[in-house]
Amino acid sequence: MAKKEYAFYPGCSSQSKASASNYLTSVNAMCDKLDVTITEIPDWNCCGASIGYAEGGELPRLALSARNFALAETHLPGKEMVATCAACWLAQREVKERLDHSEVLLKETNEALAAAGLQYQGTTPVRHMVEVLIEDLGYDALKQPVVKPLEGIKFAGYVGCQTNRPFGIAGESFENPVYLDKLVETVGGEAVPYDQKVTCCGGALAFSEPEKSQKQIRDIVESAYDHGAEMIVTPCPLCQANVEIYQSEINKKQGTKFSMPVLYYSQLMTVAYGGSAKEAGLDGQLIKATKLEEIAKK
Amino acid sequence: MNAPATPKYAAYVCSGCGIGDKLDVPTLEKIAQKEGKMALVKSHPFLCNAEGVQMIRDDIANDGVTHLCIAACSRRAKAEAFSFPTAAVSRANLREGVIWVVAEGSEHDEVRQEMAEDYVRMGCAEVKKMKVPGGNVKESSSKKILVVGGGLSGMTAALAAAEAGYEVALVEKSGALGGFATNLWKRVPFAAPYADAQPVGAAELAAKVSANPKIKVHLNSTVTETAGAPGRFAVKIAQESGSVAEELCGSIVQATGFTTYDINKLPELGGGQANVVDQAGLEALAKAADGGPIKRADGKEVKSVVFVQCAGQRDTTGQHLAYCSGHCCATSIKQATYFKDQNPDIDTVVMYQDLRVPGMGEDFYRSAQDKGVIFTKGKASKVTGGDGCKVDFKDLILNEGASIDADLVVLATGQVPNAGVNLDEWTATVTAAESGDEAAKIKKGELQKISVLNLDYRQGPDMPQFKYGFADSHFICFPYETRRTGIYAAGPTRRPMDMLQATEDATGAALKAIQAVENVEKGRAAHPRAWDLSFPTARLEGCTQCKRCTVECPFGAIDEDEKRFPKFNEERCRRCGTCMGACPVRVISFENYSCDTVGMQIKAVNIPDEFEEKPRILILACENDAYPALDMAGIQRLSYSAFVRAIPVRCLGSVNTIWITDALNSGYDGVMMMGCKKGDDYQCHFVKGSEMAFYRMSKIDDTLKQLGLETERVQTLEVAITDNARVVKLINEYVDQIKEIGLSPMKGFG
Amino acid sequence: MTTANQTAIAKYKNSFLKEVEANVEEGHWVRMCMQCGVCAGSCPLGNAWAHPPQELFMMIRAGKREEVLASDSMWMCTSCYNCIVRCPRKLPITHIMHGLANYAHRLGIAPKGQPTRETATLFWNNLIKKGRVNELTFSLALYFKDGFVQGIKNALNMQAVGLGLVKARRLNPMEILGGHGVKDQAGFKAMIEKARQIEDRKKGFAK
Repeated sequence: MAKKEYAFYPGCSSQSKASASNYLTSVNAMCDKLDVTITEIPDWNCCGASIGYAEGGELPRLALSARNFALAETHLPGKEMVATCAACWLAQREVKERLDHSEVLLKETNEALAAAGLQYQGTTPVRHMVEVLIEDLGYDALKQPVVKPLEGIKFAGYVGCQTNRPFGIAGESFENPVYLDKLVETVGGEAVPYDQKVTCCGGALAFSEPEKSQKQIRDIVESAYDHGAEMIVTPCPLCQANVEIYQSEINKKQGTKFSMPVLYYSQLMTVAYGGSAKEAGLDGQLIKATKLEEIAKK
Repeated sequence: MNAPATPKYAAYVCSGCGIGDKLDVPTLEKIAQKEGKMALVKSHPFLCNAEGVQMIRDDIANDGVTHLCIAACSRRAKAEAFSFPTAAVSRANLREGVIWVVAEGSEHDEVRQEMAEDYVRMGCAEVKKMKVPGGNVKESSSKKILVVGGGLSGMTAALAAAEAGYEVALVEKSGALGGFATNLWKRVPFAAPYADAQPVGAAELAAKVSANPKIKVHLNSTVTETAGAPGRFAVKIAQESGSVAEELCGSIVQATGFTTYDINKLPELGGGQANVVDQAGLEALAKAADGGPIKRADGKEVKSVVFVQCAGQRDTTGQHLAYCSGHCCATSIKQATYFKDQNPDIDTVVMYQDLRVPGMGEDFYRSAQDKGVIFTKGKASKVTGGDGCKVDFKDLILNEGASIDADLVVLATGQVPNAGVNLDEWTATVTAAESGDEAAKIKKGELQKISVLNLDYRQGPDMPQFKYGFADSHFICFPYETRRTGIYAAGPTRRPMDMLQATEDATGAALKAIQAVENVEKGRAAHPRAWDLSFPTARLEGCTQCKRCTVECPFGAIDEDEKRFPKFNEERCRRCGTCMGACPVRVISFENYSCDTVGMQIKAVNIPDEFEEKPRILILACENDAYPALDMAGIQRLSYSAFVRAIPVRCLGSVNTIWITDALNSGYDGVMMMGCKKGDDYQCHFVKGSEMAFYRMSKIDDTLKQLGLETERVQTLEVAITDNARVVKLINEYVDQIKEIGLSPMKGFG
Repeated sequence: MTTANQTAIAKYKNSFLKEVEANVEEGHWVRMCMQCGVCAGSCPLGNAWAHPPQELFMMIRAGKREEVLASDSMWMCTSCYNCIVRCPRKLPITHIMHGLANYAHRLGIAPKGQPTRETATLFWNNLIKKGRVNELTFSLALYFKDGFVQGIKNALNMQAVGLGLVKARRLNPMEILGGHGVKDQAGFKAMIEKARQIEDRKKGFAK
């Protein structure tokens, strides 16, 4: 298989010692095992996330993502951009779509970029890492490197919102996407069906509307438990953080006894591919994924 | 006509499809011979294959067989294989009716065999009373099609018929073709992209009609008399000038359109006030503007307009129209774009409760939104007209009262059909007039003036009307069919509709009119028994002139002659047999369907004595829905009691009470009558047949009491064609009920 | 007083819909709503909206400017995009909600102290300071947004979580001294400044 190379946009949460640093650790290990090269886009900036709109408005937000494209086009020409964070990917895709369809916005955005000596060309597509895995490599190729199948672990595939809507992964339904379940099965785990697969975790409102968000999170974790899951797996850093971090809060306030590990697909794959617990970023879990650590140790 | 002087009877028992495995075929043959008195009896392992059919054909050709009973599958199966036009044919249903519905297992062998034997007895008894119908061929039938109404629907129907090669006479009341469409500035789009209002095209259509050599247009004319029947309608067409033309026509399309609901009946919505118009009024303003700014009657340019939907429609108070006219939402959308296309700055609000845009109207709706038409979900409570109009309304989304100011308010009022005389009112008036009521005599004259067709029918001058005064239509099952054979309603006179629907409707009506004249030429019935060559005849010497047949015929087929005897107009008849069911002295019959063909079947059944504890239940099942449902139960291998004996009837309306009393007298323990749904949303193929049956059976209780029988012994049921599972349940429950009541005390007297 | 608001009122005196179409992100879609209510039924926080999107659209068409812009409804949007994918008319509802919130915020009529509004402002200011989000300073700013005492309480409440994250090396206490950022600070800031300028001019926020 020809070696795959991408311009990598890690996003703020994946930086070292940030909330999703373990995501980055495992993505690096996973890509290594799959012989995929990801080169960080030099000097990338924040995408504005899903909460940037209120103060940021439209054009400054367009400028943020356009700058990332412009940097990739300048420094890593010809390479597709790949993002691991759901919000980063979505922001880049939305901005690309809007700039490619509006000459006015394109002109104004480039006027702003010019102030930083940059220009948006619109030549670089943006992909989510999951798209790279299932479309560019395919499930068969993803199965090949498996040396430690995750046998006997039941996962609730928590797709959440932003890799699923409004664009989604090609061929998946909005109401019941199955790619995450298939990834789990590819690495030997068991994907349990449950009814909160695409429920919103509250997103950025976890900060501003904690009670409303925690109700969402409770529904998700509870349903995972009810359907026999032992761990939750997700492609989104904000989903991961919200669903993992607030379990203790919910326990404290509502007397539940949640302790469900929440992992990234890349962590599952790294372990299945023979990576160590450290390479899989399992040390970054607030709620320890003991069963996974045991497999990694074998 | 082909029947030789001496009848010869034959029975054929098929042992295929498992019949031979489940039944004792030699015994069935013996019964056909001994009890059925069949001269020739044969069995065959595969009767419907080429060899089996050839065997029968040979017997007819070489052996002089004239009447045959085929004991095989249901009469609804293999109809083409078992079609022998020169012979009378009955069918004993051993497959769907016996082996597929009687429960499996040897413990049921006896009852299964008894059931089959009875069906063979019944088939033999029936065929002996049948004759081969000769048909009703008329030498000189007209194939000309009369179209009444020269609007969009009428013109479309006339052109469709003419282009199919038929002569057409088109009668239009006014001085020009075009109808309501000529009042329009533009019409809603009929084709993709459904984005903009389109030129109406009425003038072009009118020119096409006028230029067509097969169409004779009668302008300024009305139909003053329609006598006769399909194939021979004698139509008098009176011109305004007083001259009268006569046309001989084969069938009729009535496309007499609609009138707008009178806006003056809506004072609370500003009806009658300045600058409050209906949709027709807005069309007039738009035509006057001719593409420029639309101006009000006072000459002021309209800068803001509100369309109030459902004005006087979908009314629940009983004051206005109770129905939705279907076209008005799209029409208001179209009219709103008149303003927006001319000047996008004009404030244009469509106030709706439920926006209903059938067909591709959704795209048109979206296009109008895109043009900036504001759609407000609200119910107008009060419209004030005048120089500055105001619409008070309840906002149904925000759930609060609000108001909008506008220069002009347009009320979307509905369509009122021009369907002629209401026959109920007519009958009451005529009855009163006949008993000397002077006011009624005057009223009769008035009614006659609004009549469209002036039919010379005993049942009145126009088509029956439906709810809300629309012309007759079997709107659920066969929308084009009416109760006046050969006369078809098209366009908004049949039901409320828009122009595109009217175009399609008119084309369909033209096809039905063509079918009607072709059927008449072949002497056949019209839908739903279009192949049927039989027709009813009456033995007048036994007739008591009770008029039940003339009154109850759903199709107005029977007039009265000078001596007050029933006069059958075969071409109007649909062969349902409702007249036969109605006749108290049983003088009406068809060659192949009569009181005897059914009565003899009933009597042929072997009734076990009461000590055997085997009840016998007669099922009289409508051949259109209930009998197919019974067959379907068999096809699905649902089992029902082997104590029932089912006889298909043309319509429940054809069931004569004599059959019921005969059955009970001969010791049947119960009778189930299964017909189609009746009432406003009827599914009866003959419209009123099942209703008549229910009405007649409601009176049978007295008879039962005279016989000393429980009223439960006769059941009248509505069964739909999809009721295959339900019909099984009904039968089994009824058998249980009969067992509970006990067997009939009449056994052994029959 | 916010002159931007007064200018907008004067300019669009009769049509709030036109104002929204001109000034709100994706606002030109509002006219296309057909009032089915699927958006309202699809929103995870649906019950928290005083006026669900469909109703906001109707209010815009009915000219209820003050009620719409001062509403906290659109601040309930979690950006889950469920409404977008389910809308039969394909309205980009999420973006319109964001656009309405931004417009109300910039005109200064969005509800004061609305927690999402405050969080969003803090987030944006945090990110444009260096080009990347500093999660620690963002969190601290959030805890202290209601004053020092409440801030300590908030921080203590979440202390276990914070310490957990630090232990898991997913929160860096040293970030308070600087942390991540883009290298081309000058270019980044000039770009944001320029974008803001154009937007303000277009939407009437220019001073």
